[in-house]
Amino acid sequence: MSLFSNTATLLGKELRTEFRSRELLTTTAVFILIVLVLFSFAVTPGTEEARQFAPGLLWLAILFASSLMFQSCFLREQTNDTLSSLRLAVSDPFSIFLAKLIANTLFLLLTELIMLPFFALFYNIPLWSKLPVLLLVLLVGSLGISIAGTAISAISAQARMRELLLPLLLLPLLTPVLVVSSLVTGNLLDREPIIQWKGIAFLAVFDLVFLTALWLFGEYLLEE
Amino acid sequence: MAKRITLGAVALLLVIASAYASFYIAPEERTMGVIQRIFYFHVASAWAGFTAFLVCFIGNLLYVWKRSEKYDWLGVSSAEVGLAFTTVVLITGPIWAHPVWGIWWTWDARLTSTFILWLLYVSYLLLRTLIEEPDRRALLSSLFGIFAFLDVPLVFGAIRWWRTQHPSPVIMGGQGSGLEPTMKAVFFFSVIAMHVFMTFLIVERYILEKTKAEVDILRREAEAQ
Repeated sequence: MSLFSNTATLLGKELRTEFRSRELLTTTAVFILIVLVLFSFAVTPGTEEARQFAPGLLWLAILFASSLMFQSCFLREQTNDTLSSLRLAVSDPFSIFLAKLIANTLFLLLTELIMLPFFALFYNIPLWSKLPVLLLVLLVGSLGISIAGTAISAISAQARMRELLLPLLLLPLLTPVLVVSSLVTGNLLDREPIIQWKGIAFLAVFDLVFLTALWLFGEYLLEE
Repeated sequence: MAKRITLGAVALLLVIASAYASFYIAPEERTMGVIQRIFYFHVASAWAGFTAFLVCFIGNLLYVWKRSEKYDWLGVSSAEVGLAFTTVVLITGPIWAHPVWGIWWTWDARLTSTFILWLLYVSYLLLRTLIEEPDRRALLSSLFGIFAFLDVPLVFGAIRWWRTQHPSPVIMGGQGSGLEPTMKAVFFFSVIAMHVFMTFLIVERYILEKTKAEVDILRREAEAQ
């Protein structure tokens, strides 16, 4: 029971810190927007080609944005020297990870929600009727990105050149998420939409594997 | 020392013998001709590389559990050797693909997964260069190695969703697949040869890493005085 109450308290702390400044959310949302606009210059927008590439691009933008967003996740604790007090405050260090990864998922989902209308507008893709399933795909995909991202940001925060190291470690690890979620989103946004339940299940398996790994090995990541 | 030389000599002889066997003993494949002979080298290297990464994963797990630096040495040695074998796979693949498929590189499933595998272990070695303190480096890189190895089946599974151009598995594949008996014998001989060679390389690299750590301690002692 203490795992849940600790996690809830820590999650409250994460959310309060972010919503005081909203730095992370605004910068990430603007970043995704820039990528989406820039991409329209790389291919001719409005064409069938752009339509086909759009779902993959959407996930690529989310992936890059997440690797920027997760930088501060453990770094903030380190610069303020609060990690050891955090560890002392909770009985199970997994709750630190759990709180951080839930917060990261929420932030990521929020930025995705902010830019989804722009995405639909720029690439002329009607989303409304497919929204419930699309949200489910965004949820399982972003959860996977956040679980792996939280673990990796705990590693990279303790190394040199950490800003560069985080995407370097994280992005190859997230290949399965990129491959499957782009495919599922692509099929969903097609003119004849197909819901790839197998793909969604695969993303859930990815989440589960990394969550279990984090639960088993998380405490070693935070060793002093 | 004598053991190391013997192992090296055996590895060398086996690799030469498997090269001879794949050129002169194995029959020529009907449609692909002589280029198919690279298969014995290509697939055997791939298997040896995967085994090396498995050894790396075991080393990583043991380090997190036992915290003895020798498991860290094992981890880094097998990761480097595995990377070398995977590099061979990624080079011999296109050499085979160009005459057979007509292109050097294609975004085929197994090719792509192997490339991602290669990237994951490059990141693993890169991470090691960016942490100074030996204990911290050992622990954090071990943990990343564990995450990377867990990711491998997911990468392979995910990329299977794409359509693939790779020849469907001939070893342990479905019905109708399989090798001609002489080819099979040569193939498994090559696999054994590559594994012995891989073991030799890991042992040598391990001893190098151990010496490095010892020199490091001596240097620190000298500086302290």
